[in-house]
Amino acid sequence: MTSRDAILAAVRANAPRPAPLIRAIPLFEQTTRPLLEQFQESLISMGGKLAPAAEGVSLDTLVHSLFPDATVICSATPEVHGTRTLATSIEPANLADVDVGVVRAAFGIAETGSVWLSETELKVNALAFLAQHLVILLDPMQIIGNLHHAYRDPRFRTARYAVLVTGPSATADIEGILIHGAQGVRSLTVVMVPVQ
Amino acid sequence: MKPVDHAEASSHFIEAKAHLEFHDRRLWDLRLKRDREAHRIPEWEEMRNLASAIKEHTLAHLADYLERFEAQAKKNGAHVHWARDAGEHNQIVYDILASHGAKTLVKSKSMLTDECEMRPFLRKRNIEVIETDLGERIQQLDDEPPSHIVVPAVHKLRGDVSEVFAKTIGAEPGNNDVHYLAETMRRNTRPYFLTAEAGMTGANFAVAETGSFVVCTNEGNADLSANVPKLLIASIGIEKIIPKLEHLALFIRMLSRSALGSPITQYTSHFRAPRPGTELHIVLTDNGRSERLGMKDFWYSLKCIRCGACMNTCPVYRRSGGLSYGATYSGPIGIIIDPAFDIRKYSHLPYASTLNGSCTSVCPVKINIHEQIYKWRQIIAERNQLPLVKKEAIRVIGKVMSEPRLYRAALSATGLAFERLPRFAIYNWLNPWGRQREVPEPPQQTFRSWYLENRKSK
Repeated sequence: MTSRDAILAAVRANAPRPAPLIRAIPLFEQTTRPLLEQFQESLISMGGKLAPAAEGVSLDTLVHSLFPDATVICSATPEVHGTRTLATSIEPANLADVDVGVVRAAFGIAETGSVWLSETELKVNALAFLAQHLVILLDPMQIIGNLHHAYRDPRFRTARYAVLVTGPSATADIEGILIHGAQGVRSLTVVMVPVQ
Repeated sequence: MKPVDHAEASSHFIEAKAHLEFHDRRLWDLRLKRDREAHRIPEWEEMRNLASAIKEHTLAHLADYLERFEAQAKKNGAHVHWARDAGEHNQIVYDILASHGAKTLVKSKSMLTDECEMRPFLRKRNIEVIETDLGERIQQLDDEPPSHIVVPAVHKLRGDVSEVFAKTIGAEPGNNDVHYLAETMRRNTRPYFLTAEAGMTGANFAVAETGSFVVCTNEGNADLSANVPKLLIASIGIEKIIPKLEHLALFIRMLSRSALGSPITQYTSHFRAPRPGTELHIVLTDNGRSERLGMKDFWYSLKCIRCGACMNTCPVYRRSGGLSYGATYSGPIGIIIDPAFDIRKYSHLPYASTLNGSCTSVCPVKINIHEQIYKWRQIIAERNQLPLVKKEAIRVIGKVMSEPRLYRAALSATGLAFERLPRFAIYNWLNPWGRQREVPEPPQQTFRSWYLENRKSK
């Protein structure tokens, strides 16, 4: 008997009494406040930042002004040119010297301040982790209420990799002291920019 | 094998006053943060009920869901392996690594690989394993197991970490700055992410309908381990399955709130299919789980989502530290899981509890932890695994409690004894309770004699 069959047989033999599956999980809707406001508050509480997009100022100029010392700016969205083009075929490790990564999120979640990214948005998944800093463009109309809404999004079923990113990389493993930039990005800035 | 002596091990933990005080305060703080987050969500209790019901349903139909998960994962292009026990798990992982010529493995935290003692197995076969979670890395470098399932180095103070890092990864000796220490770890680990041939993660959840698995971290280390190397291995315990994506919402909403008191982890990552040009291997591991599923009173512990809330709230855990349990899983959840692995070795652990039930009230999937602790005690007593002092004490108490006349005589004698006996007769090895505590003043009068005086006649 293969291990697979042995495990399945043991699991079947030892199964507890059948229990019905809950039919549907409620959406637990309860947003009395505007979603944008709630999103911003959650994002800040998770260590994220907000940067206002100014009228007449290009996004490239905005990113440069946020990170004046950055040498390598690499963008996964054509809305920002940056200093290096991102080809899907690049070896992820070659992104190790990126100072600022830029990506447009598919949507945001008000409850947690998270943004949804997959290989479609990131082109190279590692961009969101190897860069020192991450700038995220988010359409304020693409903010949904909570995680129950999020998990009904069909893109979860087609993305090879999907990640809910909430603020920057963080750790409190030494004496509970919060540090941003544990292994991933040191900062995460969301810029509200409607999709053109 | 001698049973793990939790009380003896805790006594060393308690001796280090600063450590004890910090440990107690830090974990209680996590508990308070958990409360704050839970109370902000009006549907919290409803979510607990739903999550518990989903887990119980899944465990009752686990074989079907495992088959569905496997079929879907294969369709997604993943390789699926099955491991009956720790030995098979480690061998499978090694074979995958060896067939790819991998020499270095960057991995995120996984209780399952700790349970399987995978690191020493691979080290003997010349594969370097780099833990990339800060807490877990501290523990690896110090050659200690994690002391907490969420915050593995919570029993250490910054000076301890500084010492470990100075000895192992070239940190400046005596520099106890926490930012400096974390930065040192970051810089030390980064080259491994860039050059390791293989990455590994555990899984918090595996979704049957999509064949995907979910990993929750705050550091982003799992995403780096998974998204840079060309080979990804995920070790998943068979109880991690949930049926549908929509169920995930419940568990994700509760996991980090219960664990750390934050609404979500910084990264909640969903792995469904390998990146083009890379390989994804999933190792579904049993290691005692299918057996536990058949244990009438104890299968509920398989609902556990490893949030650690029960540990943070437990007065015994907070004041004895995870390492004194001498097992992969410590705290309330540990003392109901560990005896299922080895009843003799862990026969003392179910006594590391006051049975206050706080663990059960904070558990997001409503595991009846304190009841299971009590049931383990019964089994251990029946199987004659009790230490002599405890056994004799329980025999005497049992006799005295079952005979009212004896009980009354004993009570008044005890009162007298506490008043008259010298300290050494009360505070000695027969009374471990008195080791760190003062025995309370006996009341002037027993309840019974008060009752007879005041109520009986009226």
